[in-house]
Amino acid sequence: MLHHLTTPLTEDKVRQLKVGDEVLLSGRLILSRDVGHKYMKEEKPEWLKPLLKDMVIYHCGPVVHQKSDGSWTFIAAGPTTSIREEPYQADIIEHYQVRAVIGKGGMGNQTSRGLQATGAVYLHATGGAGTLLAECVERVVEVHKLKEFGSPEAFWVIEVKDFPVVVTMDSHGASLHEQVAQSSAKIAEQLMKS
Amino acid sequence: MSDCILPHLTPQQVVEDKSLLPKDWALQFKDSSLAGFHLAVLELIRRTSSRLPQDVIDALVRGRDAETHNSRAFNTLNDMVKNILLADGHVTPLCQDTGTIIFYVKHPTGLSQITMKKHIRQAVVEGTERVWLRPNCVESLSGKNTGNNLDPFADGHPVIHFEEWDRPEIEVGLMLKGGGCENVGAQYRLPDVHLGAGRDISGVRKCIIDAVMKAQGQGCSPGILGVAIGGDRITGYEHSKAILMRTLGTPHHNSELAQIETNLTHDLNTLGIGPMGYGGKTTVLGLFIDELYRHPASFFVSISYMCWSSRRRIMTLDAMGHPHFN
Repeated sequence: MLHHLTTPLTEDKVRQLKVGDEVLLSGRLILSRDVGHKYMKEEKPEWLKPLLKDMVIYHCGPVVHQKSDGSWTFIAAGPTTSIREEPYQADIIEHYQVRAVIGKGGMGNQTSRGLQATGAVYLHATGGAGTLLAECVERVVEVHKLKEFGSPEAFWVIEVKDFPVVVTMDSHGASLHEQVAQSSAKIAEQLMKS
Repeated sequence: MSDCILPHLTPQQVVEDKSLLPKDWALQFKDSSLAGFHLAVLELIRRTSSRLPQDVIDALVRGRDAETHNSRAFNTLNDMVKNILLADGHVTPLCQDTGTIIFYVKHPTGLSQITMKKHIRQAVVEGTERVWLRPNCVESLSGKNTGNNLDPFADGHPVIHFEEWDRPEIEVGLMLKGGGCENVGAQYRLPDVHLGAGRDISGVRKCIIDAVMKAQGQGCSPGILGVAIGGDRITGYEHSKAILMRTLGTPHHNSELAQIETNLTHDLNTLGIGPMGYGGKTTVLGLFIDELYRHPASFFVSISYMCWSSRRRIMTLDAMGHPHFN
């Protein structure tokens, strides 16, 4: 099923999403990865609350270009591997009432429980499709912690139009990653015997 | 969701027209400063970051066409092809993770590695300024980004492997290897009781299957595997990565290993992990395997995983100093 959604998202809308659904997402996204997640979990900064409530975190360290007038353009902006944020994600989702996380590769049980408790989903974007996904970025709104964290780790706030993602972990405990891992494990077992 | 994209890259002539190198430019080997070498390396960076090798594109297209039309696997591979064409047309990085920057330099006797290293580092700084490379070099503990892809001690990043050879030309290979795929590389020590893997080809096969299983979609499948059997911990890993410079579809010179490469590629594609781990028939695009000599007590199997965006190119400066890009 294909959904067109615009951020901020409501819990009700998010709870309707099921694993396998395709989503074209528009509106604001907040980029964060390793340094940002450690910072959010350990320091729980207040200033991020209004930015993150009912919003979407995107695991991405973009390639950016600053024009002579000081404004920014995204050149390449695909997802980074999400599992590195597993120790932090559930707490962050709960604390900031985040409604969705975009990344690649899927996440583990702890995050899955967090998605169920808060009413949030994990959305999967095509890894490596940096240029293609940057085409969906309409505007760079602002950036936080750029000097301190460096450009791949900074909190970029962007506006996207029809950003293509797939629901691979929903708010009801289902995970496409878990399903594929289990089915492939059975085949691997047979292959190892032959 | 998507139309079937045909994999037509920008014509070679257009790429040549966009070259940073002046027409008829040649490196003067006798000039000890090697003036202009950095510009040739910068041109290599431009092409490597934005233009995927044809053999990788062909393998992705074959994978896509083998998937059920409009399945998630099909659409994902089709998006990958779309991305390849966009990056090539715009001359922008294929992926925002422009990776660890790894050079393989082979050069004739008499050229200074210190001088070549200076040029390569200068090219990396300029490539970062021109946004063909993301700043990907951070201090390990503090996480502080140097901002220009250089480590200040000139021994970590970019990675440069020098080798002197008895030929008149310089060959510069460049590989951009993303962090996601680097993280799913693995090294095994045989025998491995947990896997039931002994010191033979069957044991090696089990290690490879296990590594691909653990990687699932996290290395940006469909990946390309480099496997080194033997060596020590360092040479094994180093070799497993270096052979990722090979061209897909070119058989191994050793017919026994060639057969193993073909069979394992087939078997791994039955796992059903598929592109990005979504499920599907295309889990790996290929596998390269080599055997190294080892210490009698050690039997390592080292596996490097390269993502589908396998960015590798080779520039040759021939005996007259004229550049050729593969």
